[in-house]
Amino acid sequence: MNSWIPFEWTAAIRFLKEGRMQTAFIITGIAIGVAVIVFMAALLTSLQSSFISLVLTSQPHIKIIPQDELARPLRIAQPGSEVLRVEQRPAQRLRSIDQWQSINRQLWKRTDITQVSATLSTSALAIRGDTTQSISLTGIDADSYFRIVKIPDYLKLGTPVLGSDSIIIGTELAKNLGVTIGDKFNVTGANNAAQILTVSGIFDLRNEGANETNAFVALRTAQTLSNLAGGVTTINVNVQDAYAAQTIAETIETSTGNKVESWIKTSADFFAAVRTQAISFGIIEGFVGLSVAFGIASVMVVSVIQRSKEIGILRAMGTSQKQILTVFLLQGGVLGFFGSLAGSALGGAAFVIFHTVVRQADGKEIFPFVLQPSLFVIAILLAITTGVAAAAMPAFRAAKLDPVVAMRG
Amino acid sequence: MVDASPVLKLEAVSKTYNPGTPAEVEVLHQIDLTLQHGEFVALMGPSGSGKSTLLNIIGLLDRPSAGGLFIDGQNTADLNDSELTSLRGHSIGFVFQSHFLISAFTALENVMMPMLVDQRFPNAAMRERAHTLLAEMDLDKWEDNLANNMSGGQQQRVAIARGLAMNPALILADEPTGNLDTKSTDTVFEMMRRVNVKDKTTFLIVTHNLDLAQRCDRIIEVVDGRIVRATK
Repeated sequence: MNSWIPFEWTAAIRFLKEGRMQTAFIITGIAIGVAVIVFMAALLTSLQSSFISLVLTSQPHIKIIPQDELARPLRIAQPGSEVLRVEQRPAQRLRSIDQWQSINRQLWKRTDITQVSATLSTSALAIRGDTTQSISLTGIDADSYFRIVKIPDYLKLGTPVLGSDSIIIGTELAKNLGVTIGDKFNVTGANNAAQILTVSGIFDLRNEGANETNAFVALRTAQTLSNLAGGVTTINVNVQDAYAAQTIAETIETSTGNKVESWIKTSADFFAAVRTQAISFGIIEGFVGLSVAFGIASVMVVSVIQRSKEIGILRAMGTSQKQILTVFLLQGGVLGFFGSLAGSALGGAAFVIFHTVVRQADGKEIFPFVLQPSLFVIAILLAITTGVAAAAMPAFRAAKLDPVVAMRG
Repeated sequence: MVDASPVLKLEAVSKTYNPGTPAEVEVLHQIDLTLQHGEFVALMGPSGSGKSTLLNIIGLLDRPSAGGLFIDGQNTADLNDSELTSLRGHSIGFVFQSHFLISAFTALENVMMPMLVDQRFPNAAMRERAHTLLAEMDLDKWEDNLANNMSGGQQQRVAIARGLAMNPALILADEPTGNLDTKSTDTVFEMMRRVNVKDKTTFLIVTHNLDLAQRCDRIIEVVDGRIVRATK
């Protein structure tokens, strides 16, 4: 016992040490609670990171497309008269974005944009022998486009190289056409423009529909097949902060006059799912935290009752109410600290084991391993706060004890 | 030889519980009492006579309903709880029948406790003072023992040493030998007397033991909340 350690700290630690069985049980209880919270938070972070990575590597943050074509009335109403008209929405032709090269240059100048890639999306027919299948053909500049949509990451066979007569297709389309790397098949686009293309890569986007219909060719090949020489239908953009995509999209729409969509708007369902998941986890964590708090509070209430005579004598020898209050608040905080230390280690270890043991059928990880040190810091700080808050009521009760009544027991 | 200035003065002190209710009861009536520095006084009386209430009021653990209480000339009526706690810590030492040592601490640490609470003493000075007091109580070999591992007589001597730690002007002892055998009773009493003579510390000892009371400077007898006799 030293004077440089405040009396409150010394008393708090000694009281906890003296009731070591009680202390051990409650620290175990807190550790289990914190372990559940750490494990679930790490799992949620990893799953969300996996989902977001999946969404963001398979689509651009922002897409710029031409405005829809509208019917233009030929007769204008004169002052004092009205024109009654029935407008029919016109069919949307395949159109290029006006001045897309200029827009491209403009976008590259922005510091919040990291990647720009112009593409041409059209529909076509894949024909091999008697087999004909409609496909969604995207003409790309492979170098820039693959920095936005990570097709090379999903390649099962071949290489992500696109010449003027090569094509990258999905596994299902390859199966349906009966082709593999180096095989050729006919692709017929709009106005019967056709070209024989060689399969240079086969990807698996882990989505049967996407694997069956999507195919990638060089931009110039797509322009030829769609009779849209020099044109593009989409400008794909990636930004520094993916979560700022919607705001950036709005500024691009204003400056270019084109239709601009961000992944946040087009993936609203995904965000709702992520939010629901986070809320569910939060509720579970909240209840676990509450049970930990009640555990600490019940131990502290018992401790105050057990030590009422000692509190009385401490008050009699000049210990202030504030000092008594601090002794019991500190006990709550110390319990929270040591419980959360053990719980963080336990939860972290459980997460490591879970990530190692639970795997996909092919042995690959189900989700990326994301265990940030800040999670442990937050868990420890929250546990200390919970411990102090849970000890507050018993601590106030101890501080308010009448020394005479307390010593009488 | 005693100092002339009083360490404690009670002027017409009364204590009423549950005032203004049907359960109202006055347990102390117009108590006048003066203790001089260095006095060694016994307080006697039958159970329920108001001795403990009087001791609690003198020890600033309870407030009188009426009358004045002066410690070393300071009127306590105007002090708030915090000031009373501070005055109690510095001027009054307590020794109780049931020792009330803090079981989580050693004998030495229990004696250091009032100084530690006070937060003004350097570590070395605190230890030295506690060690000296325990040595005076013939407990220097036991100073590292936890309070629970000592006999009743030893614990009571530790409690006396703790009561003396802040060098208070007044020690209030509530039946300090009540739970001790005859030999331990004599030892504890003699040690309190030795401190009283050596340091001129005033003792007010509640006891039912007439033999012990007769060895004190004065005997004050309380019956039904009134001082009925004060004999030398």
